[in-house]
Amino acid sequence: MTEANADDTGRPKAMVAGRSYAFLLGGPAREGIEAVLLSILALLAAFALFAIFVAVQGHDPVAVYRILWLGAFGTSFSIENTLTLAAPIILTALCTLIPARVGLLVIGAEGALIMGGLGAVLAGLLVTGLPGHLGAVWCCVIGALFGGAWVAMAGALKIWRGVNETIATLLLNYIAIALMLHLITGPLRDLSVAIKAQSYAIPEAYRMGDLPGWSVHWGLLIGLAVVCGVHILLRHTVTGFSMSVLGGNRRAAQMAGLNIGRLTLLATGLGGAAAGLAGAIEVVAVHGAASESLVVGFGYTGILVAFLARQNPLAVVIVALIIGGIAASGGLLQRRFGMPDATTDLLQGMIFMCVLASNALAGRLLPLRG
Amino acid sequence: MEGELGWWGVLIAVLGGAVRVSTPYLFVALGETLTERAGRVNLGLEGTLVLGAMSAFAISYLSGSPWLGVLAAGFAGMFLGALHGVICNLPRVNDIAVGIALFIFGTGLAFYLGKDFIQPRADMLPGIPLGSWSDIPAVQSALEISPLFFIGMALAFFLQWGIHHTRWGLLLRMAGENAEAGKALGLSVPLIRLSATAAGGFLSGVGGAFLSLYYPGNWNEGLSSGQGLMAVALVIFARWNPVRCFWASLVFGGASALGPAVQTVGIASGYYLFNAAPYVLTLLMLIWASNPREALTGAPRELSISR
Amino acid sequence: MKNTHTRRDALRLGANVMTAAAFASMGGLQALAAAEGTIGFIYVGPRDDFGWNQAHAVAAASIAEADGISLVEQERVPETEEVLRVMESMIQLDGAKVLFPTSFGYWPFIQQLAPKYPDVLFIHAGGLWKPGDEPNTIGYRGYMEEPHYLAGIAAGHLSKTGKLGFVGAKPLYFVFNNCNGFTMGARSINPEATTQVVITGEWDNPVKEANAINAMADQGVDVIVANVDSPKVAIETAERRGIMSVGYHTDQSSLAPKGFLTGAEWNWAKGGDFAKAHMTGDAFPNLFRGGFDKDMVKISPFGSAVPQAVQDEIMTARSGLLDGSLLLYKGPLKDNKGNEMIPAGTDIANDDNDFKLSVKWLVEGTIGETGLQ
Repeated sequence: MTEANADDTGRPKAMVAGRSYAFLLGGPAREGIEAVLLSILALLAAFALFAIFVAVQGHDPVAVYRILWLGAFGTSFSIENTLTLAAPIILTALCTLIPARVGLLVIGAEGALIMGGLGAVLAGLLVTGLPGHLGAVWCCVIGALFGGAWVAMAGALKIWRGVNETIATLLLNYIAIALMLHLITGPLRDLSVAIKAQSYAIPEAYRMGDLPGWSVHWGLLIGLAVVCGVHILLRHTVTGFSMSVLGGNRRAAQMAGLNIGRLTLLATGLGGAAAGLAGAIEVVAVHGAASESLVVGFGYTGILVAFLARQNPLAVVIVALIIGGIAASGGLLQRRFGMPDATTDLLQGMIFMCVLASNALAGRLLPLRG
Repeated sequence: MEGELGWWGVLIAVLGGAVRVSTPYLFVALGETLTERAGRVNLGLEGTLVLGAMSAFAISYLSGSPWLGVLAAGFAGMFLGALHGVICNLPRVNDIAVGIALFIFGTGLAFYLGKDFIQPRADMLPGIPLGSWSDIPAVQSALEISPLFFIGMALAFFLQWGIHHTRWGLLLRMAGENAEAGKALGLSVPLIRLSATAAGGFLSGVGGAFLSLYYPGNWNEGLSSGQGLMAVALVIFARWNPVRCFWASLVFGGASALGPAVQTVGIASGYYLFNAAPYVLTLLMLIWASNPREALTGAPRELSISR
Repeated sequence: MKNTHTRRDALRLGANVMTAAAFASMGGLQALAAAEGTIGFIYVGPRDDFGWNQAHAVAAASIAEADGISLVEQERVPETEEVLRVMESMIQLDGAKVLFPTSFGYWPFIQQLAPKYPDVLFIHAGGLWKPGDEPNTIGYRGYMEEPHYLAGIAAGHLSKTGKLGFVGAKPLYFVFNNCNGFTMGARSINPEATTQVVITGEWDNPVKEANAINAMADQGVDVIVANVDSPKVAIETAERRGIMSVGYHTDQSSLAPKGFLTGAEWNWAKGGDFAKAHMTGDAFPNLFRGGFDKDMVKISPFGSAVPQAVQDEIMTARSGLLDGSLLLYKGPLKDNKGNEMIPAGTDIANDDNDFKLSVKWLVEGTIGETGLQ
C-alpha cells in the first residue's frame, strides 16, 4: 500500500495508523505559534469541561479553580510543591518523546524508571567509598544505563524481529515491576528495615540533597539540563536531523542511506536512559533504596506530558509544571471541598483528550501563507 | 478425601481459577478483537473495565438488580468506546495516544464517582452450581460458574463465525484489512470503526461488571490490577481470533491462580515472578511470531501495532 | 525556623525520656486547658475500605468530636516524597498542629520533616520511635498478635479439619507475629492444628486475595484470616465458600453473618490523647506500644458461630494477656523448620518490642515460608 494515499477522512494513510507524528514536532515559526495556540485552546476546553463536571457534582467551579491555583502556584510553598512533582515527569516524558522522533510510540517509562532505580541501588551497593559527589553521579549514570538498556531492548526487538514497540514496552513495564519486587523481597532485601520490604540502602554519602535555600532536590536541575541537551541533540545535530528524517518517512531514510537500526537503538536507548535517570534520582535524592515506592505512575504521567508538549522537549518543562501543579493541588481539593483524590486524574484525562482532539485543527488554525 | 487434596487441590485451584479469573480477560479481549479487526487499537480498555466495574456495582447497589448493573456497565463502556471512536475519527489523531488518555480519564471518572460505593455491599450475580454431583467442596466450588462465563464463551464462538460469515463481519474486515477498498465500495470506514470500538467498549464494561459483581465481587480502587491492559496483549497472543481469545483467557486466568495455589503446598518464593509469567509469555510469543518484513500473521493490516 | 524555647518545648523534650508506662499511670489525658487546633489525617488508601484506613478514619472521627478540634483528611497518598508534601501542605495551608500520617511506610518522611516544624506533633501508627529520633514525633502501635491469638483460640475450637489459613500481604515482621499468634492460639486448643500461609505480595489486590482464599478452601482450610489492607474480599469470599473467617483492622462481622468468628481490631483513638496533650502543653510519650494492657487493641464482637463456652475461654485468655500471666512467646518454641527459636525456660514478655521486631520466622504448625531465613 502506498503511504501517500489518503483515506476517506482525507488524512495521509500513515497518520491513520498512528505511525507518523512528525507533524507534531515543531518547525517553522508559524507552526510553532499554531502549536502553542492549539495547546492553549485545548487546555481551555478541558478546563471548561471540568468546570461543567464539578458544577454538576455540586461544587462551585470558581472556588475549585481558586484552590487549584492556590495549591499549584499560589504560595512559594505551593510552587516548590509543584516543582518537586514536576521533576520526575520531565524526565519520564523524554522516554516517549525521543523515540517519537524516529516514529516509535514507546510507553515504557514506568519500567525504565524502575530499572533505573534498581541500577542506582546496585551501583551504590557494589562500589562504595567514592569521594565527594562522585557517588551520586555514579549511581545516576548506572541508573540511566539500566533504563536505557531496558527500553533499547524494545528498540532491538523492533529492528530484529519487527516486534511492535508499544506493546513490547507495555509488557516490559510489568516485567520490570515483578523483577524489582522479587529482588527487594528476596536477594536484595534489607531485613533490618522493619517498615517495608526494601533493598539495602546506598551509602549515605551518595545521597543527593536539596537545592540551596529550597526544599526541591537537585533532580529538578538535572532534568532541566537533560531537556536542554535533548533539545540541542534533536534540533542542532546531524543525528537529530537523521532521526526526524526517519520519523517522517522511513523509506526516505532508507534511500538516504541512514543507519535505521542504529538510530532506532539510539532513540529508544536515550529515552530509556532519561526515565532510568528519573528512577536513579528517586533513589539517590528521595528513598535511598529501591522499594515499591518507585511504582507510582511517573512513567504513565510522562506519556501524557510528552503528548501535551507535542513532542517538543522545551515545551515538556512547561507542561510538566502544569501537570505537576494540578497534582500538587489535588490534596487541597480533597481537604477543602471533600472532593475525591481522583479529581485531578479526571482533569488530567480531560486535558489529554482535548489536546489529542485539537490535533484535528492543526494546519487550519492560522491561514496558510501564499 | 476432604482436606487431603494436596497437588490435586492445586490442580483444582488452577482450573477453578482459570474459569473464575478468565471471564474479565475474555470480555475485554473480545471487545479489543472487535475494535482491532476494524483497524483501530484501543489501549484505554483498562479505564473502560474499571468504569464498568464501578457502574455495575453502583447500579446493582442502588437498584438491587445485579443484571441491571451488568447492563449499566456495558453502556458505560460503550460511552467510553464511542468517545475513543469519535476522537480517532478526527484527522491526525493517534489511536494509541487516545487510548492512553481514555485509560487515565476512565479510571479517574470511575474513582471519582465510585468513592461512595467502596463501603457498601451490592447484590452479587448468581453462579450456576454445576458441581452439585460431587461431595468434594473444592470441586463444587470450582464448578460453580457464572453465567457470564458461558455468555462470553458463546460470544467467542459467535464472533468467530460472524466475522467470517456475516455482512457486518465483512464490513469489519474490510475496514480493518483494506480501508481503501471499503471506501471505493462506498462504505463509511469511520462509522464502522466507531461502531466496532463502541461495541468493544460495551464488552469491556461487562468484563468489569464480572469483577465487581462476581469475582472477586467488590468495588474498590485496587480492583483491577491491569487486567484491561493485559487483555490487549492477550488479543495479540490469540492473534485476533475470538476462539483463541477464549483459550488464551483460560491460560492467563489459570496462571494467576497458580501463585497462591502452589504456596498452599509449600512453594513460597518467587510469587512476584509467577505473577509476571503471562507478560513474559506474551512477549516471547510476540518475538516468535513477529517478522521484520511483514505484518504479524493474522493481524488486521490497517492496524498500527501490527506494522 | 524558630529557635525560641518555650515551656512547651521543654516539656516535650522532657517527655522523651518518659516511659509509656509512666504516661499511662498519669491516667491524665483530662488536661485542664482546652485543646484547640487543626489535626490532619493522611491515608494511603480510601478511608472507608473496611480495613487499615478505616480503622484510622474511625479514630479521626472520634478525635474530631472534641470541641475546638477541626479535622482535615487526605486519602490515597503514596509512600513517596508526596507524603512529605502533603504533610507540609497541611501545616502551611491548613494550619495543622498535629498530623497523623497513618501508613507504616511514611515514617522516614516524618523523620525528615519533623525538625523543620518543631511546633507540630507527628503521630505515626507504627512503634518505630527510638532514641535519637525527632522529639516531636510519636510512634504508637498495638500488639496485634494478641487479638490474633484470641481469634486463634476460636479457630482451634471451631475448625473441623484442623486446617487454618493465613493470607499475608507482605513478608513483614508484624505479619509474621500475627500469623504466629493466630497459630499458637489455635494450637493451644488443638495441638494438631496447622496454618497454611499464602503471601499475595500486595496490600491491595482483591483478585489475588480471593484466589488465595479459594486455593486454601480447596485444600480443606476452614478458618481464614487475611492480613491485607482491606480484608473485605477475603471475608466475603470465605463466606461464599461456606468457611469461617477472622477479621482484621476493623469490625467486619457484618460481612459474614454465618462464618465470622471474631476479629483483631486496632484502637487508634488512643492517638487523640497525645494530640490533646500536645495542644494543651502536657507531656506525651514518644513511643507507645501495648496490647490489651494499654487499650491499643481489641477483638470484634463474636459471631453467632462461637458458643458461649468458647467466648468465655477467650475472655479468660484475654485477662491473662492483660495481666501478663499468659505469655505469647515462651520457650521451648520451635519454628516450622524444626529450629529451636526460644529455648525452654525463656520467657518473652508480651511487651518486648525488640523481640517482636526481630521475628522473621513462622512458628511450628505453620505451613509456608517467610523467604527470609
